[in-house]
Amino acid sequence: MGVTALADGSVALAAPGVTVREEAGARILALSGRVDTPAAAALWPRLMEEARRPGPPLRLDLASVEAVDTTGATLLLTAAAAGARIEGASPGVTAVLDRVRDALAAPRPKLVPYRFSPLHGVGRRVVNGLAAGVEALAFLGELLFVALATLVRPGRLRGRELLRHLDEAGTRAFGLATLLGALLGVILAFQSAIPLRQFGAEIFVPSLVGISLLRELGPLMAGVVLAGRTGSAYAAELGTMTVNEEVAALRIMGIDPMALLVLPRVLAGMLVMPVLSLVLTLAGLVGMALIMRLLGFQMTTVAQQLVNFVSLKDLLGGLFKAAVFGLAIAFIGCRAGLGAGRGPRAVGDAATAAVVGGIVAIVLLDGAFAVLFERLGL
Amino acid sequence: MNEGTQPVPQGTRPLPDGRPAISDAPGPDTPAVIEARDLTARFGSNTLFRHVSFDVRRGEVFVILGGSGCGKSSLLKLMIGLVPPAEGRVGILGTDVWSTEGAARLALLKRLGVMWQQGALFGSQTLLENVEMPLAEHTRLPAAARAEVARAKLGLVGLSEAADRLPSEISGGMLKRAGIARALALDPPILFLDEPSAGLDPITSAGLDALIRDLSRSLGTTFVVVTHELASILAIGDRCIMLDKEAKGMIAEGDPRELRDHSTHPTVRSFFRREAA
Repeated sequence: MGVTALADGSVALAAPGVTVREEAGARILALSGRVDTPAAAALWPRLMEEARRPGPPLRLDLASVEAVDTTGATLLLTAAAAGARIEGASPGVTAVLDRVRDALAAPRPKLVPYRFSPLHGVGRRVVNGLAAGVEALAFLGELLFVALATLVRPGRLRGRELLRHLDEAGTRAFGLATLLGALLGVILAFQSAIPLRQFGAEIFVPSLVGISLLRELGPLMAGVVLAGRTGSAYAAELGTMTVNEEVAALRIMGIDPMALLVLPRVLAGMLVMPVLSLVLTLAGLVGMALIMRLLGFQMTTVAQQLVNFVSLKDLLGGLFKAAVFGLAIAFIGCRAGLGAGRGPRAVGDAATAAVVGGIVAIVLLDGAFAVLFERLGL
Repeated sequence: MNEGTQPVPQGTRPLPDGRPAISDAPGPDTPAVIEARDLTARFGSNTLFRHVSFDVRRGEVFVILGGSGCGKSSLLKLMIGLVPPAEGRVGILGTDVWSTEGAARLALLKRLGVMWQQGALFGSQTLLENVEMPLAEHTRLPAAARAEVARAKLGLVGLSEAADRLPSEISGGMLKRAGIARALALDPPILFLDEPSAGLDPITSAGLDALIRDLSRSLGTTFVVVTHELASILAIGDRCIMLDKEAKGMIAEGDPRELRDHSTHPTVRSFFRREAA
């Protein structure tokens, strides 16, 4: 900020209505006009610097100040706290200063000192993780209980809800599943044809692609689609309901949210996944056949290869896995939603947890199935 | 607070050098800061109210009254330029709300503060950060000064201790007060409050009323308050208008205490006497 010497020896700062003068060894800073927010913003650094300067205390002369707003008052009081003395304020200005002085004097939040303690952090994570695991288990148990109760009295299942979720999670995802499946088939066939050609073994592309799609990629990719489209939607929807205390309202009305909200969604996820996986796999096989045709193979040869190497066991195993994946994804989505904290960020966190948790879960389950099928000789 | 021991006198109280102080109580010849002319609000084919005209004078607490669903909050949204009126115009501080754009509109918006019905605080920020946001956006205050100013505003509404909490961690009454603190951030000359005391306990509500009155007296802030809390209307209102669902328009204007004692309109009478219509 520029400083100009005036004719009478006083000094004016290049800010609205500020003059500094020396009087009997004391520095007096006189303000005039309105000390409002823009003026306070412009004055702040200079005034604080003046107030903190060693020597005789700064005197703030407010006699020609017309008005202060609360920001201006905060500036004046902060300067006063740094050693300046306020004088000459009009009653109107004094009233605002008093009000803001009280406001600033109110007790502040206690600072919790941050302590770096890796052991503590690791321990807390482990304990929290275990607690979350136990909670998830309890949630699963509750869900099983509700499912069994519904099995005994099927009339209690909300049919309309189930149909709505089957439509939203299933039929509306067929287009996406078809597109992804076809592209996957084309890519797999094309990429595997290149190394196999070196051995003249391109004829085995259909069996290779067929087995990978039916056993692994079909269910896995369908699972990724379901986790991205539906798991996140479940978490966001139930998370919003939790944040708005709708879930609590249901509970108090004597309606079990598990039966109304979770069971139809989990059932829908479980029923829809085998179909989704089948659609994706079939589209993949069509894509693969297209590439084989372009490589000069007859359709009958491709079909013969598939029949020879791919069995019904592969298909059924894949579909069974898909059903389990669907259950896991819908379960994780619902649990993330119902476990949401408060505030808008909670819903976003729940959706993230649903997608990440869902994808990690299906990969882990897939590994478990690989071991299981091997041991069972399937 | 010193308000109790040093009541601010009514009428013109000039400063030592003869200029009028901003904290003067408004009188009939105080200039209007908001002029509403012939306002009509519609939702589709449903007319909420029509031909509503009034002035809000500088420094007064202006209350918009009426039962639920009569369009109080919609009128507020028309006045701040959030929703376009079907007919009519609103002028704030001499500017037509709906014909300004760009820098002029921004300059107008900086002179308004709004406390929303549900607080509308940013959920991912602490209260202090909520109040700091307009300061960071629209002033050149240094960062440390900003925090200090934001603390002062939170202190004004009695929330100093909750400065580091998130909106999801505080109660409904605290949310409303935090909403006022954020509306106060830029010390706007005009503050709009949408149902500040709805759903609050009488003590908190009375505290809010005292705050509104103090700010109006000591800072000369003009308040436009939407409410249907009788106690609060009588405690803070300098002037009011009353909207009515049946009449689809304004049915009364004036000092709320006068209306209570002397109005002949049946709806106004039952409103102030808490009678079923």
